[in-house]
Amino acid sequence: MPKRTDIHKILIIGSGPIIIGQACEFDYSGTQACKALREEGFKIVLINSNPATIMTDPETADVTYIEPITPEAIEKIIAKELPDALLPTLGGQTALNTAMKLQESGVLDKYKVKMIGADHNAIKKAEDRELFKKAMIKIGLDLPKSGMAHDIEEAMLVMKKIGLPVIIRPSFTLGGTGGGIARTAEEFEKIARLGLQNSMISEILIEESILGWKEYELEVMRDRKDNVVIVCSIENFDPMGIHTGDSITVAPIQTLSDKEYQNMRNASLAIIREIGVETGGSNIQFAVNPKDGRMVVIEMNPRVSRSSALASKATGFPIAKIAAKLAVGYTLDEIRNDITKVTPASFEPTIDYCVVKIPRFTFEKFPEAKDVLGISMKSVGETMAIGRTFKEALQKGLRGLEIGHSGLDNKLSYKDISDEKIKQRLEEPNASRIFYIKYALQRGYSVEKIHEFTKIDPWFLENIKDIVDMEKEIQKSQRTRVKGQGKSKKISVSTEALLKAKQYGFSDAQIAELTGSNEQTTRTYRKQHFIKSVFRLVDTCAGEFEAYTPYYYSTYETKDEVIHSKKKKIMILGGGPNRIGQGIEFDYCCCHASFALKELGYETIMVNSNPETVSTDYDTSDKLYFEPLTFEDVMNIIDREKPDGVIVQFGGQTPLNMARRLDKAGAPIIGTSVKSIDMAEDRKKFSRLLKKLKIVQPEGGSTTSARKALKIAKTIGFPVLVRPSYVLGGRAMKIVYDESSMLEFIKEAKEVSGKHPILIDKFLEEAIEVDVDAVSDGEITVIGGIMEHIEEAGIHSGDSACVLPPHTLGDDIIDTIRKYTHAISKGLKVKGLLNIQFAIKQNTVYVLEVNPRASRTVPFVSKAIGVPLAKIAAKVMAGKTLEELAFTEEKKPEHISVKESVLPFSRFSGVDILLGPEMKSTGEVMGIDSSFGMAFYKSQIAAGQALPKKGRVFISVKNQDKRNIVFIAKKLEDMGFSIIATKGTYKALRSNNIKAESVNKLSEGGSMILDYIKKGEIDLIINTPSGQKSQSDSKPIRNAAVMRGIPCITTISGAQAAVNGIEATTRSDFQVKSLQDHLNNLTLQTMS
Amino acid sequence: MKAIIVLEDGTIFEGISFGASGERVGEVVFNTSMTGYQEIMTDPSYKGQIVTMTYPLIGNYGVNKEDVESSGPRIEGFIVKERSKITSNWQSEKGLDEYLKENNIIGIEGIDTRSLTLHIRTKGAMKGVISTIDLDPKSLVKKAKESPGLIGRDLVREVTCKKAYKAETALGGSCKKPKTWKKKVIAMDFGIKYNILRCLIEAGCDVTVVPASAKAKDILAEDPDGIFLSNGPGDPEGVPYAIKEIQKLLGKKPVFGICLGQQLLGLALGGRTFKLKFGHRGANHPVKDLKTGKIEITAQNHGFCVDINSLNKDDIEITHINLNDNTLEGIAHKKMPVFSVQYHPESSPGPHDSRYLFKRFMDLMEQHAKEN
Repeated sequence: MPKRTDIHKILIIGSGPIIIGQACEFDYSGTQACKALREEGFKIVLINSNPATIMTDPETADVTYIEPITPEAIEKIIAKELPDALLPTLGGQTALNTAMKLQESGVLDKYKVKMIGADHNAIKKAEDRELFKKAMIKIGLDLPKSGMAHDIEEAMLVMKKIGLPVIIRPSFTLGGTGGGIARTAEEFEKIARLGLQNSMISEILIEESILGWKEYELEVMRDRKDNVVIVCSIENFDPMGIHTGDSITVAPIQTLSDKEYQNMRNASLAIIREIGVETGGSNIQFAVNPKDGRMVVIEMNPRVSRSSALASKATGFPIAKIAAKLAVGYTLDEIRNDITKVTPASFEPTIDYCVVKIPRFTFEKFPEAKDVLGISMKSVGETMAIGRTFKEALQKGLRGLEIGHSGLDNKLSYKDISDEKIKQRLEEPNASRIFYIKYALQRGYSVEKIHEFTKIDPWFLENIKDIVDMEKEIQKSQRTRVKGQGKSKKISVSTEALLKAKQYGFSDAQIAELTGSNEQTTRTYRKQHFIKSVFRLVDTCAGEFEAYTPYYYSTYETKDEVIHSKKKKIMILGGGPNRIGQGIEFDYCCCHASFALKELGYETIMVNSNPETVSTDYDTSDKLYFEPLTFEDVMNIIDREKPDGVIVQFGGQTPLNMARRLDKAGAPIIGTSVKSIDMAEDRKKFSRLLKKLKIVQPEGGSTTSARKALKIAKTIGFPVLVRPSYVLGGRAMKIVYDESSMLEFIKEAKEVSGKHPILIDKFLEEAIEVDVDAVSDGEITVIGGIMEHIEEAGIHSGDSACVLPPHTLGDDIIDTIRKYTHAISKGLKVKGLLNIQFAIKQNTVYVLEVNPRASRTVPFVSKAIGVPLAKIAAKVMAGKTLEELAFTEEKKPEHISVKESVLPFSRFSGVDILLGPEMKSTGEVMGIDSSFGMAFYKSQIAAGQALPKKGRVFISVKNQDKRNIVFIAKKLEDMGFSIIATKGTYKALRSNNIKAESVNKLSEGGSMILDYIKKGEIDLIINTPSGQKSQSDSKPIRNAAVMRGIPCITTISGAQAAVNGIEATTRSDFQVKSLQDHLNNLTLQTMS
Repeated sequence: MKAIIVLEDGTIFEGISFGASGERVGEVVFNTSMTGYQEIMTDPSYKGQIVTMTYPLIGNYGVNKEDVESSGPRIEGFIVKERSKITSNWQSEKGLDEYLKENNIIGIEGIDTRSLTLHIRTKGAMKGVISTIDLDPKSLVKKAKESPGLIGRDLVREVTCKKAYKAETALGGSCKKPKTWKKKVIAMDFGIKYNILRCLIEAGCDVTVVPASAKAKDILAEDPDGIFLSNGPGDPEGVPYAIKEIQKLLGKKPVFGICLGQQLLGLALGGRTFKLKFGHRGANHPVKDLKTGKIEITAQNHGFCVDINSLNKDDIEITHINLNDNTLEGIAHKKMPVFSVQYHPESSPGPHDSRYLFKRFMDLMEQHAKEN
């Protein structure tokens, strides 16, 4: 069936900001879909509030709206653009939910917009648990015993009928928010209540516990002619009870017989047909009882998902791209398999390797939260590894995770861990359980015993045991061969043992540790013995057909499949798994580098290990190496490819951290030199440079000694800002007010940055922070954007909102900032991107930090000014001048762009939402409009913190904010808000004639405010506590606000911006305007 | 213990032995199915072949009594990247090593199976020898070269049943017997897979399996409602006696053929067969049913194929084609109640998409009964 001719213009909804449960995978799928559909001649209208995506690049869609993803905004877009169709299955749960609302409110009918891919009925049937259950029973499939409840009484009845333990799952939420496992009646009540609240339709499913069963996923695709294929099968390493996003997962399925697998496949086919997903991909989850093979259906997602991105990368079958083509009428046999070119997409990929995905957690950012895993997702990113065996893929995955492990290594000594601790870490699922399995094996626990504790399939455990045994084999080989040579530092393991170890995925660093050698010596020794990695193709067909797409992974076997061309090559090192502080923004920059260098005629080589991203789409670069970003793995590729240039400045801290070693090993790093990078990171060298340039920075120093650190702090005086060097996202960064906290910090910093020094700076209280992104070709420097932070200095730049252009700074200050930027750029001999953070206090401009690399704000700035900074930087690094690239002058847009960050607090119960110098946000949104107020207002809606237009505000501020709050409160009063305040604040307001109601603080025995919040009678909270006691006093208020989604502002500057935003909406309703329109205006201005 | 595979072109792969020790020759082929190694090993169509599994991790879920396609393994040798030391599945009874030892089959692990597969893909399936006793490559190349190979050889007689039997009694409890028998079918056994019998029985056929050497007149004397031509190993031209008998059956009774069954039918209908470069072996081949336009993902296992251009299009309709390489996958006679497919609708291992063909056979028999 050829493509549909009844539709021409298609609206695609993106997934919005990166949050836990919805990350880069939707940029990957959305971008693929836009590209595929435009190739077919359709006009694409896109809405997504996330500026850090490739999909919101003005080139990706025909018309791009960076607006909040709400039914209201989309209705405005539909009214303006009049699309024929809406494709709701590519933007995660956000897009699906929003599309459902648009259908239900009649907007789609009103404007005659057809839903394509999955229609309203299919989505409803898949998402509504009761309907889903009925559908499954109808087609004869088994499910866990269950019942629905809409209030707590009904919930208790259902629970009694099923019997504890039970699982509670709220309907219509993201990634299982608010669900949980209840073993006791008390636990049940608590989770059930929360679940009812979190469900968009106040509905929960209570289910028979199948904890410990084996968990599986199938990725299914269907076309209009009812052809159905399974793209990939996945087996979860972690059994049922742990969210699949938090589980280690393995492709393909390992422990099912063909009979069992086909049974599951048949069920999947029946499900996609019964649910009625007309075209596209779905993800279906199953559980299997290991004792008798009973298979039950868990759930279905009628859309592309995190798992479908993983499946695409794991098999080479681009699910989103094909889903998009199927949605416009093609059938699977009409679409070619990109990789083989000759065979059609109507087949099931078969693979000849093993894929392991490992989630990346950031519990270290939320020390108050326990690192226990359950059915609500907690991980912020993931890494994928490909190996010829599970053992190899697992170890590659563990080092690709970038959490300081070089594989399944011995970071802790098993000898130091008690049996009690081991039992606890094995029984209670947690982020480091994989390592405790190893420690248990080392302590002599049997596979059976570990299986009893963890319920992890013995097949996986046995493979881990092979790794443990291999360690012994290496050590034994080393011992036998160095006998009589005394205590040699040299590695002398037998070639056989070494090769076997490499095939088991051991890194050189691991082998070095086991042999008492070092990584470099091991590497040399290994190469001398001709043990080198080979690169193999991901080809969708296990070698049956010739593959044309150079998508590689490394292993230790006999044949290498790398194809060489005569073109000049540049290699781009990616950012690895997403984490707080390093995410999609860096992937965006890496993709741009690749696009730019392709334009210049280079062959581009991408190296990355993050399966969610656009950079690991085999279409993005000429060659893709899906490999861990470690020195060893990267050097193996460099040895093989011998690139003409290597780019380390776009992938965040990951590639930068190995820059020095790569440089030393002879890798041709292009752009800003390693020496300059070092100068910016090294406190002493950097201070010397600033002194020379006559630029001030807060007083401070750096040291590796604890004693000296304390001395420095005392000399410059508390409060001080302390942080380890060479980290991103403010990891372990703190404002320290006294000596005892200082000592505590030093201990933690050691763990984070190892041998690198600790930096100590005078903390500038109540200063305005400014970020600058610039690009330099070594001759001239052009500023991309100057961003004024909404929150004051001291709050991590990644967590604060910012506005471009600055809205309160004077011209003289801005000029100083410009001057400093140029001077520093020149001083550091920057070639490429540069990011500087400034603080302005009492009209003095201080430099806080300089990063000669891509920053988190590059995509935001690029969109705000309509200039692809990363692309320009990449071309500069390849030798072009800014003049040649026609970017010699700072752009000055008329529109206002606001970036707001999105925080994951609702995922970590008990964690305080106060912002600080350690970054905690997972993503960001952008609001664009002609006024600051409206742009800010839009950014708040987009970030899920929609500001109220009326209602009741609760205000409680610290003493130094009392003066400023008066103006804010006055405005709120004028706009018709009623105010409740704690005593001190109340007094301040009353004495300025502002009407308010007084309530007790929690510590004063008043729980009234909490009752108000619970009853939904508070619409906005402004709360700026000071000091430890005040913070812990008011924490329950902030937590209650998070749970109920009430906007809660914790800084006075944030409150001021919010009031501006609310005020803007009283003047006019918000309007939508496409990015292309905003930028056209900009070009016109520049021209005139 | 060391083991070695040597191909006739001198290519050598060394690995570790498991299962039985000794030495066997055969055609070295690869199968891309990720599950179903036990079904593959016991499929009589692999007689004369040394099978390489492209999926690297084999043996994970063990072997059991149910997942067999004949009375025991039929392959000449088994090549894997990594054999699982343990088995993990509630149905598992034993591991691969033990199973192959019991059945005197040589296994070899630690092989770069992808390189071996790429080699076969580019050079074609070729003769080889797998050995644990003679590790001298030169002598092995000689043995490989001198081995009989598949062309023109009758491998069917090595796997067909000695005398006729009732399928139901042979399979015992491993299939769902219908309440009543709807049709009586005689299946010519060229190396039949149990799952074909299961599918026929479940569709309502009372199946009698007869040896490949059975005579048409004896079959027709039994007055069956339909005749089934089974799958089997090797070159269809190696069994001319069967082709002759099939010719005598055509037009008399409804006939359904699978795999070798289709090839023999093709030859019986005056067509030609040829050897594919490296065959189709796996569980993911897309086949299009030209009648409905629908695509089925099929299980395949064949090294020979009926030449699509050799068939008389006035009499024979092309019903199915392979979308990967456009080779012939199914035919039906325009005048006689005869049809066949090249792939395996009974799968095992593989997807169940094509089970409708057994119903098609039932319908054909029904229609034929009505008309006559």
